[in-house]
Amino acid sequence: MSKVVSNAMEACEGVESSMTLLLGGFGLCGIPENSIAALKEMGVKNLTCVSNNAGVDDFGLGLLLQSRQIKKMISSYVGENALFEKQYLDGDLDVELTPQGTLAERLRAGGAGIPAFYTPTGVGTMVAEGKEEREFDGRKYILEKGIKGDFAFVKAWKGDTLGNLVFKKTARNFNPMVATAGKITVAEVEELVEPGVLKPDEIHTPGIYVQRIFQGSNYEKRIEQLTLSEG
Amino acid sequence: MALDRNQIAQRISKEVKNGYYVNLGIGIPTLVANFIGDDKKDVVLQSENGLLGMGPFPTKDNVDADLINAGKQTISTVPGSVFFSSAESFAMIRGGHVNLTVLGAMQVDITGSIANWMIPGKMVKGMGGAMDLVAGAQNVIVAMKHTDKKGNSKLLTKCNLPLTGVNCINKVVTDMGVLNIKDSQFEIIEVAPGLNPEDVLAATEGQCVIHSDCTEMTFN
Repeated sequence: MSKVVSNAMEACEGVESSMTLLLGGFGLCGIPENSIAALKEMGVKNLTCVSNNAGVDDFGLGLLLQSRQIKKMISSYVGENALFEKQYLDGDLDVELTPQGTLAERLRAGGAGIPAFYTPTGVGTMVAEGKEEREFDGRKYILEKGIKGDFAFVKAWKGDTLGNLVFKKTARNFNPMVATAGKITVAEVEELVEPGVLKPDEIHTPGIYVQRIFQGSNYEKRIEQLTLSEG
Repeated sequence: MALDRNQIAQRISKEVKNGYYVNLGIGIPTLVANFIGDDKKDVVLQSENGLLGMGPFPTKDNVDADLINAGKQTISTVPGSVFFSSAESFAMIRGGHVNLTVLGAMQVDITGSIANWMIPGKMVKGMGGAMDLVAGAQNVIVAMKHTDKKGNSKLLTKCNLPLTGVNCINKVVTDMGVLNIKDSQFEIIEVAPGLNPEDVLAATEGQCVIHSDCTEMTFN
């Protein structure tokens, strides 16, 4: 059965309200733009979204905050989104702030069949509250749980029809872990190619993790902070 | 004269040794890169979103939306740069492979604890990678102003904002001087040009002593 679907709407088939969705990206870099647009159009609600950031007010996951489709966010940094802050302080949005490395590892663990792991990150802070603490070789660690999602959405540079993916530069970020942790993983790519075009040695995410793939369109790739050198 | 942001960064750059892998946080820490000279060609900058070998900001023609640093700024690579996933990035950080981390703070205390991510009821931004960085780096230096906007000391007996990490800061470089954190007290080892160690002592709320070899900084 082919993994290739024609567009984002088709790729999002089966997403329902109250599901947990995992999304790749760091800031607005490497986010699944087409899938987010489709989720907005579908109007599914009460979503739990796991993503390092929450986009900006009018782009990325900010689009789903605008339309109040998100009930809970699990993220490490949401400072770029004023709407997020307002909905949170008003009590309309639940948020679980998770250290960035812990979030990456929770997704990696979720996809790798590891239910929980000990980490030194967050010991002695609010993050440790209610979590099991244990000492190994004289140092304290806390127990963090793996994360799995009903759907995972990733954005890659190139992908083949078998779902093998190659990411571009720092747009890789959370995408490889997110890809492993979805019951159904949707990959949107800038360039969809036939098997064999991507060399086995260069593939970042093996296609076994990917259930649906499509060639995206109209990538905006918005830049959050344009910083330039002279010349 | 208190140091400006660039001078704080310049002073911190002295702590960067050739061959170090260094993670620089947002704000003053980012400026440290501007003062790492040609005598330290083998310093590699790590950006926790997935890059080793961060170069300067790109020229207009070389801007790439797929190439940013942890502050979401457009950047460039250098020969020998490597891209990797967030999990790999934090394996480097948490695993103790990064030699030096420099980050900003709202408060530090005499036990080496740091608070830099949250003001309850006011600011909800998140900790990003800061908690992992302070838990994992071999050496963590804080760059910040000595006092807040109201003139209150940011070097305390005990942080009263939510913590980022405990017992993890070795050194603080402020606009007034350089202080080590050792044996549950601050120790003034350098002061900004024109300041007396007693000025720094007076601006420090937590237990603090003046090192017997305390010197005045010079800039060239």
